[in-house]
Amino acid sequence: MKDENPVIDPERRAFVGLAVGIGAALVAPGVILHQVAAAPRAEPVSGAVRWGLLIDTTKCVDGCSACVEACGRENGLDLQGRGETGSSDKWERQKAAWVRKVKLQDNQTGRIVNLPMMCQHCEHPPCVDVCPTGASFKRADGIVMVDRHLCIGCRYCMMACPYKARSFIHGEQSGQLTRAPRGKGCVESCDLCVQRRDQGEDSTACVDACVTAGHEAIVFGDLQDPASPIRQMLKELPNRQIREDLALNTGVRYAGV
Amino acid sequence: MAEALRRARPVALALLWMLAVPGLQAAETKGHVVEGSRAAGLAECVKPAAQMRRQHMEFIKHQRIVTVHEGVRDTPYSLAGCVECHVRYDERQIPTPINHPDQFCGACHAFAAVDLNCFDCHAAVPNGGQESVSPSRREGEAHP
Repeated sequence: MKDENPVIDPERRAFVGLAVGIGAALVAPGVILHQVAAAPRAEPVSGAVRWGLLIDTTKCVDGCSACVEACGRENGLDLQGRGETGSSDKWERQKAAWVRKVKLQDNQTGRIVNLPMMCQHCEHPPCVDVCPTGASFKRADGIVMVDRHLCIGCRYCMMACPYKARSFIHGEQSGQLTRAPRGKGCVESCDLCVQRRDQGEDSTACVDACVTAGHEAIVFGDLQDPASPIRQMLKELPNRQIREDLALNTGVRYAGV
Repeated sequence: MAEALRRARPVALALLWMLAVPGLQAAETKGHVVEGSRAAGLAECVKPAAQMRRQHMEFIKHQRIVTVHEGVRDTPYSLAGCVECHVRYDERQIPTPINHPDQFCGACHAFAAVDLNCFDCHAAVPNGGQESVSPSRREGEAHP
């Protein structure tokens, strides 16, 4: 059989390489400018997108808590005051945590799985069903969150949530961040970095931290866009919802569990 | 005649006081605008000052519903905006919480005996900006 590419011309290669380099240099600033052009949202959110996460537990590392810490910094959870809480054990149980690292072990096989657990942003959220004031609500783009202006701190939603995703703020807070108001007497949980969504950013704090830590175990994106990276990965990776028997259609999916 | 003058004096004093007070109030308000802030370059707030004094609570209450439930952040009435322009900085350039009894929000609310609980949750000083910037965008800004 005849060889179709008999000789590789090194000069031609160099020229093509140069052309690609110049092309990239010309195009790249445009791409970056497009990202910078993100502006505060002017139109109400619509159901055209549904935000969600895919967590590849095979990439999630035991002992790493980069996502938890990043969530704390983003939402001011690292500024929490201990208040009147007594023992440190009690404080560990009570302090607000929007993401928790969970380790699962199959006792029959000994297989261990690590995963971050946060609000699963259900399509049919039980927390919204039980809320007596309408404070717990689902935004049109699928984010389940708490309107703290309406929350009376009854904590029904915490009882209803199958994922133990919500926290209650027991003590007075100080030094809050402008982007993340939070205070005593309200329930709170992961809101998929809603301030970033409204400013047109393309990721969440936990996703960024996981990438920086070199694991890339969390992918954020639009579950309704067939072309989005998260949808492509959902198609390829075997994944499931936690407690899928409850038929809540969660927005956070897990691979490798 | 002397009797009439004696009677007119309190009235005249009251009139003088009424004339002077709006001027004093205006001067006070002016002192509550941060130099170099957006407000410093404007003749009035997002609405005329008289309207802001009476209706600011209505404005931010409607705003909060639109922002929390619909995600609209591109509107003039924002509490973070109030803080940004009206918070005072001390000589070390450290901002004083705006709800302190001698500050822009706190002083008026103390005078009117109206409980101010916005700042139980909201930041009373500009803290960390209204948005966080993800690393990908930070790089983009460094190399425009």
